[in-house]
Amino acid sequence: MFKNLMEWIEYRLPIMRVANMHAVQYPAPRNMNFWYVFGFLATIVLVNQIVTGIWLTMSFEPSAERAFASVEFIMRDVEYGWILRYMHSTGASAFFIVVYLHMFRGMIYGSYQKPRELLWLFGMFIYLALMAEAFMGYVLPWGQMSYWGAQVIVSLFSAIPVIGPDLVVWIQGDYVISGATLNRFFALHVIALPLVIVILVFLHIVALHEVGSNNPDGTDVKRKKGSLSEDEKTKFKIHEYYTSKYDIIDDIVPFFPHIVLKDLVAFSLFLIAFCYVMFFNPGMGGYFLEHPNFEIANGLKTPEHIFPVWYFTPFYAILKAVPHKLGGVICMFAAIVALALLPWIDRGRVKSWRYRCGLHTWNLIIFAGVFIFLGYLGGTPQEAWKIIASQILTIMYFGFFFLLWIYSKNEKTKPVPARITG
Amino acid sequence: MSNVSLDANDSSVAESQPQDNNRRRFLTVATSVVGGVGVVGVAIPFIGSWNPSVKARAAGADVEADISKIEPGQLIRVVWRSKPVWIARRTPELIESLSKIDDLLKDPNSEEDQQPEFARNPYRSLKEEYLVLVGICTHLGCSPQHLKDGAFEEYVEGVPEGFHCPCHGSKFDMAGRVFNNVPAPLNLVVPPYMYVDDNTILIGSEEGAA
Amino acid sequence: MKKLILVLAFLLPNAVFAAGGGAHLDTANYDLTDKASLQSGAMLFQNYCLGCHQMQYQRYQRAFEDLDVPVELGQANLQFTGEKPGEFIKNGMPADSAAKWFGAPPPDLTLVARVRGADWLYTYLRTFYVDESRPFGVNNLVFPEVGMPHVLQELQGVPSKTTEAHMVDGEMVERYVGIKSDGSGVLSPEEYDTAVLDLVNYLVYTGEPSRLESESIGRWVIVFLLVFFVLIYLLKKEYWRDVH
Repeated sequence: MFKNLMEWIEYRLPIMRVANMHAVQYPAPRNMNFWYVFGFLATIVLVNQIVTGIWLTMSFEPSAERAFASVEFIMRDVEYGWILRYMHSTGASAFFIVVYLHMFRGMIYGSYQKPRELLWLFGMFIYLALMAEAFMGYVLPWGQMSYWGAQVIVSLFSAIPVIGPDLVVWIQGDYVISGATLNRFFALHVIALPLVIVILVFLHIVALHEVGSNNPDGTDVKRKKGSLSEDEKTKFKIHEYYTSKYDIIDDIVPFFPHIVLKDLVAFSLFLIAFCYVMFFNPGMGGYFLEHPNFEIANGLKTPEHIFPVWYFTPFYAILKAVPHKLGGVICMFAAIVALALLPWIDRGRVKSWRYRCGLHTWNLIIFAGVFIFLGYLGGTPQEAWKIIASQILTIMYFGFFFLLWIYSKNEKTKPVPARITG
Repeated sequence: MSNVSLDANDSSVAESQPQDNNRRRFLTVATSVVGGVGVVGVAIPFIGSWNPSVKARAAGADVEADISKIEPGQLIRVVWRSKPVWIARRTPELIESLSKIDDLLKDPNSEEDQQPEFARNPYRSLKEEYLVLVGICTHLGCSPQHLKDGAFEEYVEGVPEGFHCPCHGSKFDMAGRVFNNVPAPLNLVVPPYMYVDDNTILIGSEEGAA
Repeated sequence: MKKLILVLAFLLPNAVFAAGGGAHLDTANYDLTDKASLQSGAMLFQNYCLGCHQMQYQRYQRAFEDLDVPVELGQANLQFTGEKPGEFIKNGMPADSAAKWFGAPPPDLTLVARVRGADWLYTYLRTFYVDESRPFGVNNLVFPEVGMPHVLQELQGVPSKTTEAHMVDGEMVERYVGIKSDGSGVLSPEEYDTAVLDLVNYLVYTGEPSRLESESIGRWVIVFLLVFFVLIYLLKKEYWRDVH
């Protein structure tokens, strides 16, 4: 009876086929280590943000008069409203933590290289959409940082020659950040951008499954059809979509249950950290929820120090480092564009840092350090030495890409193993 | 076609290397159960947040009504939990007439649970002179009109005063009891209330229940 | 890779500490579970703060419930305005005239502890000192040019900056040693510190009334997740046994 029903549906809608192809019988390299869990975690956080976000809109009032009070209404008067709000605010920071780690994974194992260029680009588009989403979401509680943060970020557009000032007024819908700005950001934050992000994530996953997952060795597990003996082929049941085009080597595991279980182990550890922050320290010392944002927006009084939330501070530091308005804005966007162009900047053939030159390893580690240090500089009060420091670090940031472009041309690499190790 | 025989419609889990043993089964069940408990736990705040907020509950707090100014035959309306509540002062003639129309009513003895225990009497009230009702029709939630001085005879012959619902024509007598052959299934609701003193009614709480 | 994690682990706490700065702040050892302290703080707020500052997001009833104050008692002793316990802690001061009297409307204090931090509040309320050049005759160490009178003077007495003469390199130098009251207040210096701490405790509470509930739920959630982690870890190892 049940089987008949399933067959009736399957004949008309390929639920099981898609599930088998993209989840159950998807071949995943067996050496994917802990760096490979952040994509899964990002998906989980995305779901968390969407669901808690829907619930928050049930009580939030998007108007300059009521927004701040309605957030306190959620925190105090709605049953468990504080849990929903902290899930959402902690989720925002958690999203960027896992996304940054996910991106760094892609960098150290060369997951952006051919044939995964488009996969990487979709990832960068997700990252951009995510930044817009987070920025607009941060405006909604209508605290002091919401207001002045929005003021600063929107003013970036005034650096554009000729049309800049008019563009800013158009974005704001007023001569300053106002209720009109709040309302349009609310619409974009709850409908438009989430829709874009979900579609991009879908494309990201489709692109991933088309070319297959990379792994820490960079050794391809899909081999030319007919090149492997029966012994060398995997014994796991893999979907014919993959086996019909390639021979799958015996270095893979099926996505379900093996990878899912591994992801769930990481998920449970992630949840422990997440819940610790959410229940015990949701403000994270002013990093996840900035102190001045507990004061209602006041267009006549700028807080002593204005910083964006921590996940924007590296780029904010680059902006501040350049002593020229338009130049700063250009550098800031160039910093993101440079990341997006990695597949073409890196001219190497070897993917993983395991088998590339020592310089590459150091280049990556220093880049991570530079990024974190820029974040520190962008998120702390201005001091004289910090200007110089952020200028040096900005040069080092772009230096990473320049160096990579130089040495990847004729790089001395180690031989990549024919079979996956470890 | 590949040499590995595969059925795309086969829903069975990929267990090409079955290592089925009790340990594996036990762990799978235990993890699923604990995970299920977790899902239920996560659902609690989402479900809980739909309950009336503190704001709604503060607005729905007990309401005091002064009844000293109500003339015999008059009806006043107060708002309790955003709903209309009627307080009517019934004349002695009206009170007497209530027991004579039992044949026309669906539930003349208030057997359905539409009132606090203290109002399960022919007058459906604490003191027979004062009727307190939630003014919302038990059919689909409209607020019936109070018709008096013979205006109600248009709907029920021989009954000069009662409530008529404009939406679907349900009819109630001056104890809030529903007449036969109307869409409303039940008598009007009597809210919990109590007398603070002879001139004041507190709507929302019952004597002793607070 | 391991190196990277180390770098991360070192950099992050540094970044957190470096964010501080400013004047020296005394640590406020407040205790949200101390109901007597919270009640005393609420009393101080109602008597000394509410005249000018509101708590427009905090309901009386919620405070009564969380502070173990029976509603009747609370209404009699804490709620000076309004009739219903479900109302917000507000005063009748119109914002416009308040702005005229003080230059700026006195800020709402519901969330002040989340904006300023408990330590700042604790220090601020204990570092008013006489300064005749100011409109209200007082200034403050952590809030220079403060626009608020020292409303707790009745409790503390008249505070002034005190200095002591010290011999430095053969010269007499006046060195600032702290703020001392002239003793005209109702409370001794220790009692005053306690009273301020009670008030700060109450302000921390109103900043986040769900704090204690959050932590008690949080403990159970973490314990639950640890159990889940152990199970899922064992299950993962069980399935991966085939592979390795």
